[in-house]
Amino acid sequence: MVKYTDLEYLRMKKGKRFGLKLLSFLCSIPRKTAAFFLMLLTGIKQAALKIAGEARDICMGFVTGDWKTKVSYLVMGFGCFARGQILRGVLFLLFEVVFIGYMVLFGGYYLGMMPSLGKQGPTTEKVASGLRGTATVTIYHDNSFRILLYSVLTIFFIIAFIYTWRVNVKQNLTAERILKSGKKLRSGKEDLRSLVDDQFHKTLLALPMTGILVFTVLPIIFMILVAFTNYCGANNGYTNNLFHWVGLDNFNTMLNWTNGSSSYAATFGEVLAWTLIWAFFATFTNYFLGMMVAMAINKKGIHFKKGWRTVLVMTVAIPQFISLLYVSKMFASNGIVNGLLMDLGIIDMDHLLPFWTDPTWARITVIIINIWIGIPYLMLITTGILMNIPADLYESARIDGASGWQQYSKITLPYMLFVTGPYLLTSFTGNMNNFNVIYLLTGGAPTNNLSTAPGTVGYTDLLITWLFKITQGAEANYYLASVVGILVFLVVAIISLVVYNLLPSIKNEEDFQ
Amino acid sequence: MSENTVMAPKKHMGLKTSRRISNTAIYVLLAVISVVWLIPFICILLQSFRVENTMPVGYVIPKRWGIDNYLRLFQTDFPKWYLNTFIIALVSSVLQTFIVLCMSYALSRFRFKGRKLLMRLMLILGMFPGMLTMIILYRVLADLGMTQANAVPGLILVYVASSGMLYYVSKGFFDTIPKSLDEAARVDGATRFQVLKKIILPLSKPIVIYTVLTAFMSPWGDFVFAQYVSMGASAGKNVAVGMYGWLNKDQIANNYTLFCAGGVLVAIPVTVLFLCLQKYYVEGVTGGAVKG
Repeated sequence: MVKYTDLEYLRMKKGKRFGLKLLSFLCSIPRKTAAFFLMLLTGIKQAALKIAGEARDICMGFVTGDWKTKVSYLVMGFGCFARGQILRGVLFLLFEVVFIGYMVLFGGYYLGMMPSLGKQGPTTEKVASGLRGTATVTIYHDNSFRILLYSVLTIFFIIAFIYTWRVNVKQNLTAERILKSGKKLRSGKEDLRSLVDDQFHKTLLALPMTGILVFTVLPIIFMILVAFTNYCGANNGYTNNLFHWVGLDNFNTMLNWTNGSSSYAATFGEVLAWTLIWAFFATFTNYFLGMMVAMAINKKGIHFKKGWRTVLVMTVAIPQFISLLYVSKMFASNGIVNGLLMDLGIIDMDHLLPFWTDPTWARITVIIINIWIGIPYLMLITTGILMNIPADLYESARIDGASGWQQYSKITLPYMLFVTGPYLLTSFTGNMNNFNVIYLLTGGAPTNNLSTAPGTVGYTDLLITWLFKITQGAEANYYLASVVGILVFLVVAIISLVVYNLLPSIKNEEDFQ
Repeated sequence: MSENTVMAPKKHMGLKTSRRISNTAIYVLLAVISVVWLIPFICILLQSFRVENTMPVGYVIPKRWGIDNYLRLFQTDFPKWYLNTFIIALVSSVLQTFIVLCMSYALSRFRFKGRKLLMRLMLILGMFPGMLTMIILYRVLADLGMTQANAVPGLILVYVASSGMLYYVSKGFFDTIPKSLDEAARVDGATRFQVLKKIILPLSKPIVIYTVLTAFMSPWGDFVFAQYVSMGASAGKNVAVGMYGWLNKDQIANNYTLFCAGGVLVAIPVTVLFLCLQKYYVEGVTGGAVKG
């Protein structure tokens, strides 16, 4: 590639600059990918070395440590008791007892069942009932869902135990060293005090992190695992049928292209394409129009600034399910919009505007209604930032005779893009997963009859609403929904990664100007 | 020279008139925008007073006015749903604020091992579609007996437990409070907890109000997960789930105006609260966007 100096770069035309940047980005992809894997490799190597070092330290500690330390390798907290740190000792011992109890009573069973996910399904048996003889009842045996869920939880617990055990060993070794050097150990009271002082972050993070671990991380790991099983999830999670591991079969079903345009992969491609188009328009129409409204309100000489803003802000406050459902009914074939146009004589009974029934109309309508939803929000965000642009920049531009458009394109827009770049990215990915707007407005309609994929895909369906539909109803197909979920994650992650890598170039451009 | 002196005031006048024209254009634009933005809400309001029939119709102004729809609301489960939502919103806004503040303060003020990793992991977790985890959460809540008619505590538990992920905006706020304040207090012998309680919290009123406000507002609109957890049991529904049912194909003819009346009753308190605390909300979203 040709290298340019800064001066040559500055002399270039805009289009050429952009082309150059794009080219250099494309050229850097292989190098960056290689660097990424190299980084991953060195990371793994370093982690392995670290673990090996840790293991050696722990073994050495066992050999060189005194008997108190040696016992605490087996009985956690023993060393703390022996050295007078009662509080720590109690906690360590308690944890070990709870852990062993859990493993014996539940954990071991679930972990043992994990490879098969249960063997015996529900059976019907005759049992004696009342005076009249027998009745048939269904007896449930193994429950694959529960086995998978609790075995994941057990694995979490084991990791926590290993970590705590390591902390226990390390603390023993440190305590031994401190005592040898003639200093005193912390008392339980000092330990407690440190929890509101130099260890305060642990206190602060304990509760939120537990919540995230159980209610966010655990479900996500479960979801990923389900993609490798044949769990269909009928009746909203209450299934007592067995399911089992199927390896990569589901990915194969989803991404197989052998049936051509009627395969699931074709549907996935179509929905993905629309999701990206939607996210692009939803993000940028809102962004530019919202900025325009904010600038209009901010303009010198415009009165009732607060009043205009309040009118728009009110629409942020009203819960979306009310406004979106209502607007969706307004545009229906028997809704107010068509009724009004008919009264005005613009259309007649036979030519109602097909807002929700024609694919193209429906797509354009959701984008336009999304503008209605999004502008107030963007107006709020951009107002504050616009006010932060130093006024003397405009002053000097005006003295130099810059027109309004020039001021906008040379000062306002670069500044805004620079400041809100990361926001645009999150807003783009947020729009890709914008469930509410699509689901409440159209529910994905009009239906795409050409598709054979599960979940009755519609033309306005995003990946997220589609995967929700797959999990619903009698023909729920949860494992395929999980596959779609993983693919959504990959798409979002790749876009984020690429854009984040491009963002510094925006900053560099700022340096040039 | 004489030409110049004649020209100058003329040009000035031209500027003034052009500014007047552009300002007028902006006023017109803003007026149109305001009307467009308010029309749906005015329509809901008008339709809620329409008593000649209960179906969706193609006109806006009711032919006969009345408050029958509002009276009918009290014969349905609507008051129960309303109370459910209010309880959820109230309790979860208090607890969520506590969780979010703990999380964001720790991530903003402490430099501990694994902090960067933690934040990066949470960013990655946020990229998974949460939609899919509902089925598992439902199952966990079912095992705890917190579904269907008992959905209210279940919903609160899930909202609060996963709220640690929402630390971003308030962390950005804490980052702007100078660290020298902390250090000065630490030198004077204050513990970290005392610093938080006596110095940071009094300065954090805007972000606390922002967090409470957003946490209070979101349960009113949550629809998908609430529907999942209540699973058709009317006693466990929130307003969104309950009222969504009124717009089903087989119910809409009877309940369309009822939906409008319910919508008005839901929108009023939330909107009033929001408008009162608007200032803090604006500060929050602006800060969040700039920090990215």
